[in-house]
Amino acid sequence: MKILVIGLNHKSADVDVREKLAFNGPKLEQGVIALKGLPQVREAAVLSTCNRVEMYTCVSSIPAASEGIKDFLAGFHGLQKGSFERHLYSHSDSAAVRHVFRVASSLDSMVVGEPQILGQIKDTFEFALSKKTTGVMLNKLMKKAISTAKRVRTETRIAENAVSISFSAVELAKKIFTELAGKSCMLLGAGEMAELAARHLVNNGVTDVKVANRTFERGCEMAREFGGKPVRFEDFVHELVHTDIIICSTGAPSYVLNKDQMQQVMKERKHRPVFLIDISVPRNIDPGINRLDGVYLYDVDDLQEVVDTNVNERRKEAEKAETIITEEVEKFNGWMASLDSVPTIVSLRQKAEDIRREELDKVIKRFPDMDDAQLKAVEYMASAIINKLIHPPTVALKEDAEDRDELIAMIKKLYSLNGEDNEE
Amino acid sequence: MIGTLLFEFALTFYFTATIISVVEIFKGIRESTRLMFYISAAGFAVHTASIIYRYFDGGHMPIASMHDASSFFAWCIVVIFFMLESKYRIGIMGAFIMPIVFVLMLSSSVLPREIQPLSPVLRSYWLGIHTFLAFLGNAAFAVAFGVGIMYLLQEHYLKSKHLHGLFQRLPSLQILDEINYKLISLGFPLLTLAIITGALWAESAWGSYWRWDPKEVWSMVTWFIYALILHIRLVAGWRGKRAAILSILGFAVVLFTFFGVNLLLKSLHTLS
Repeated sequence: MKILVIGLNHKSADVDVREKLAFNGPKLEQGVIALKGLPQVREAAVLSTCNRVEMYTCVSSIPAASEGIKDFLAGFHGLQKGSFERHLYSHSDSAAVRHVFRVASSLDSMVVGEPQILGQIKDTFEFALSKKTTGVMLNKLMKKAISTAKRVRTETRIAENAVSISFSAVELAKKIFTELAGKSCMLLGAGEMAELAARHLVNNGVTDVKVANRTFERGCEMAREFGGKPVRFEDFVHELVHTDIIICSTGAPSYVLNKDQMQQVMKERKHRPVFLIDISVPRNIDPGINRLDGVYLYDVDDLQEVVDTNVNERRKEAEKAETIITEEVEKFNGWMASLDSVPTIVSLRQKAEDIRREELDKVIKRFPDMDDAQLKAVEYMASAIINKLIHPPTVALKEDAEDRDELIAMIKKLYSLNGEDNEE
Repeated sequence: MIGTLLFEFALTFYFTATIISVVEIFKGIRESTRLMFYISAAGFAVHTASIIYRYFDGGHMPIASMHDASSFFAWCIVVIFFMLESKYRIGIMGAFIMPIVFVLMLSSSVLPREIQPLSPVLRSYWLGIHTFLAFLGNAAFAVAFGVGIMYLLQEHYLKSKHLHGLFQRLPSLQILDEINYKLISLGFPLLTLAIITGALWAESAWGSYWRWDPKEVWSMVTWFIYALILHIRLVAGWRGKRAAILSILGFAVVLFTFFGVNLLLKSLHTLS
């Protein structure tokens, strides 16, 4: 039995293709059950997110199953096969395992290292479990994917640093103020990016939001949105005395805040630190104020640089993650190989033989006076019992049955032959 | 013999912790933080044992020689470090404190180790109280010095927008400033009490509260400096960078009072 992954993601297909193939809401349940119902498919799970649709299956023959799954997709979504076929990728066996591990570890994500995908993989797995569409193979694959992703998370710093401008602003703020709870923030001007940054700050605990806008009405509107208070633009400098974080994007042609003003503000606020983010171009805050004690001014390029460094950092960490994944794929391959029937038969025989020897020794110790004929009879009886008991499972293992892998897994479990597979 | 052995063990542990922490600063191996902490703890345990041993060996608090004084100073710094660490859990802090501890221990190790007989006038319970207060206070200033350096580094990183490496592992400016302030607010009353108990002891031993002894004078200088640091923080809001610089300067005076007075000036406190 083989593992087969067929799907498409943000790299292989645009959103207009992805949305047509998505399994949303009730479609997911119908989809998983229908997929499992295909004649070539023995186990199935479906992952459907805004960036990817993937079908994880366990099949008896790859080419037949591939065609079957593509036909199923076309039929299920009411599409022409030709309209989406070229966007699909398919991986089988070891490549499929690697793919699933990479997806779960967020190496295949649009933003590498983003944490959501692991939760989505877990949901996929749990949903398939609840619908009983998975079996030995996919259960193992999913569990391993989740543990691999966790390993990547703890052993690399892939998810550590902010990779968007607004998040990097929040992270910097935390390096100045520790906790953002109870801190105050002022929006100077109203730009989209400023609003986004402010929203992140609020989500991280900033409670007191002030908005100073040239048109006071627009300022009032925005202040209401954040549950903050509007400030008249003419008064904003005075208000800075009670503000810890300032996000500026006024679109003014020149500086709206200069060094002398800021110096005065710092004196009045007893040199408590201030974090200013100037995301307007041309810049609206005199860059010279960064030289004042306790004033930390970042413009849009500075933040972009933070983001670039972090993206690079993640790329480096992703390489480490790939090594971890290779390791885990190898382990998984080892487990798959152990599902082969020959070693199982061998270890079953070995186990039987061990039991025979052990029990025989006990008897001989207890009755040391047995003569040769008696001893032979006892030995013969022990062998006969053992052989008769292991005969049916051996025959079953040798048959090239559809469900051989499951059978092997089952026999290994029943006779506790789990030599190298020491989990659970 | 056992005392020497214990001391050497403590020195070795502190040395190892220092090496690990220096490597940590430059290489950023985060796993090493825990290791450094355990090794410091082991060093501290052995160090404590060595001080207790010398206490029973000499029959009084082992503080009468420069060897013992440096060693005790280092011990107090480790106490303060562990107190801070248990509250704030800033692993990287050790990298700025343990080197100070190691240098003090190293200077202690090269100084003569004979237990100095205590002159009968000084045999009094004041010895323990006065020196313990003074050393603990100065240890708080020493740690404030280390934290001040951390602050200046972090502030430099933020200003120059050097936002990777050590920047990531240093805590926020606000935390560093808070710790610095707390340390000085702890060290200052301890030093004050040390000076008061010292005066009372001097009165009972030598008959006068104040004798313009160089150690007394320089302790007063130290006291004034830290009083000033606290004062301008409260009145003019000198915090952050300025407070960090002042706490570094303050510690320079502490070091002079501790070593300089003994080496350069003739004092009643002179230890051999």
